[in-house]
Amino acid sequence: MANRKKHKRILLHITIWISILIICLPLIYAVIISTRDLQGTFVSPPNLKFGSKAIETYKKAWTTVNMGRLLINSGIVAITTSVVKIILAIMAAFAVVFFDFRGKYVAFAAVFLTQLLPVPVKIVPTFELMKAFNWVDSYYALTFPYFATATGTFLFRQFFLTVPNDLVDAARIDGCSPMTFLRKVLIPLSWNNIGALFLVEFVYMWNRYLWPLIITNSEEMRVAQIGIKMLMTTGSINQWNIIMAGAIITLIPPLIVLLILQKTFIEGFVMRTGK
Amino acid sequence: MNESYFKEKILPYLLVLPSVLVIIIFLVYPFYEAFKLSFFQGGAWGTNQIFVGLENYINLFSSPKYLASLGRTLLFASLVTFIGLAISLGLAVLLNQKIKGRLFYRTAIIWPYALSAVIAGVLWALLFDPSIGLITYVVKVLTGIRINWRTNGNLAFVIITIAAAWRNIGYNVIFFMSALQNIPKQVLESAEIDGASSFQSFFRISIPLITPTMFFLLIMNYLYAFFRTFGLVDVATQGGPGTSTEILTYKLYKDAFVFFDAGSANAQSVLLFAFIVGFTYLQFKYTQRGVFYG
Repeated sequence: MANRKKHKRILLHITIWISILIICLPLIYAVIISTRDLQGTFVSPPNLKFGSKAIETYKKAWTTVNMGRLLINSGIVAITTSVVKIILAIMAAFAVVFFDFRGKYVAFAAVFLTQLLPVPVKIVPTFELMKAFNWVDSYYALTFPYFATATGTFLFRQFFLTVPNDLVDAARIDGCSPMTFLRKVLIPLSWNNIGALFLVEFVYMWNRYLWPLIITNSEEMRVAQIGIKMLMTTGSINQWNIIMAGAIITLIPPLIVLLILQKTFIEGFVMRTGK
Repeated sequence: MNESYFKEKILPYLLVLPSVLVIIIFLVYPFYEAFKLSFFQGGAWGTNQIFVGLENYINLFSSPKYLASLGRTLLFASLVTFIGLAISLGLAVLLNQKIKGRLFYRTAIIWPYALSAVIAGVLWALLFDPSIGLITYVVKVLTGIRINWRTNGNLAFVIITIAAAWRNIGYNVIFFMSALQNIPKQVLESAEIDGASSFQSFFRISIPLITPTMFFLLIMNYLYAFFRTFGLVDVATQGGPGTSTEILTYKLYKDAFVFFDAGSANAQSVLLFAFIVGFTYLQFKYTQRGVFYG
């Protein structure tokens, strides 16, 4: 009996390891290819040996498309947008849960609209609007249209609803102003949600492609995702080693954020939205 | 509901104002324009607009290219959703066992959540590269056929489908895992005592109990396949060869920014909106929960 259980256990581990290998294979192969020079990518038959030209390849990827600048742009856009979204979401959720005002449900419904209106359903007029604002090829165009968030507002609303009424009453009796209550009581309770939302929004914004593609046109305003496309289209053949180096560099920041915040994400976000 | 409200009258309006302004200026107004201009045709980008009624829509629905793109997108989204969910559920069940190294395993499986569509596109384009791709080589060894997605449209379609499904595994697994963890332990234990096999208790107890999550993910995957795969297509296939991977968002992009047919593009936007409304309606009808879109 004990033996059978042990066998089952080992089988389980093996199955998981095989799954992990399959899921990671595209990335592993990409890493391997990124350590070779161009000639090294053409070995036949293909193999899984690491090359010795990693530094040269990554340097080349970095300089070919001015990767430093692209990463900074992506970082500025992703961090600014995530932070502003979190602030606006907390403000709106705070208003909806802790105040009674006319038009509250209209406001809440309006926030929900963001859900229904992703970039493709309004792409041409939004582009026109950016032209009218003289915002084409600017950080404004890359960030402002994304500032409202249904996800975030719902997340904080649901969390605020779990705050006991007694706490609010106590705060009121103590003469605590609403904004002090928000700062001193609610926000300290919300760090898990804030962390989770930061992960979701950072990854989402870092990975945007369509909107930056049409709204930026100078090299200085391009973002990292577009850098990969640029690497893909330089030269007459695909220089896979350099493309993969660019892809891996671009993947690292959101991956780090995921690794740091995954626990918070699963507790603060999935458990809440997923129920 | 919370009955202990603060008494301030103006403050709540100030608190919701920034969100509402952003929504009106950057979301509602542009969509209103898209809707309005979908009934117009004109020179490039807003010059000499002529009211044409439903002509843009009629043109779309009588265009074999648009209908093909619509059918292709539905097939693509369905495959991405069902393949992705089946694999993800399997992985979530594996990860949900009490085993050593579970946290590490979880991370090693959910990391694709951090991936962009563009990166998913280049990784799979490399694996299937006609000359140096690992999978191309394995297929050659196994079947003797040298596959080439740059000339074979069906293969290109398969590749973007695999890449898109693969990329969403992390997201799906996270939600499935938390749903499985929410199943009361006593239920599963008593089933075991009553002699149910793990197979039976999975299909008879776990699956029914996670149906809400399943439905939530079903809709989210359709939305994902419709709206968050543009980069993958643009970087891997550019809709080709021919139009074999031209999904709706890609066609919209081309009509708007390559052919400058704003009237048609706006009509396509409105039709995409109809899909979102449909999906969201289903979601509200069958699950009562907020939605994760970003």
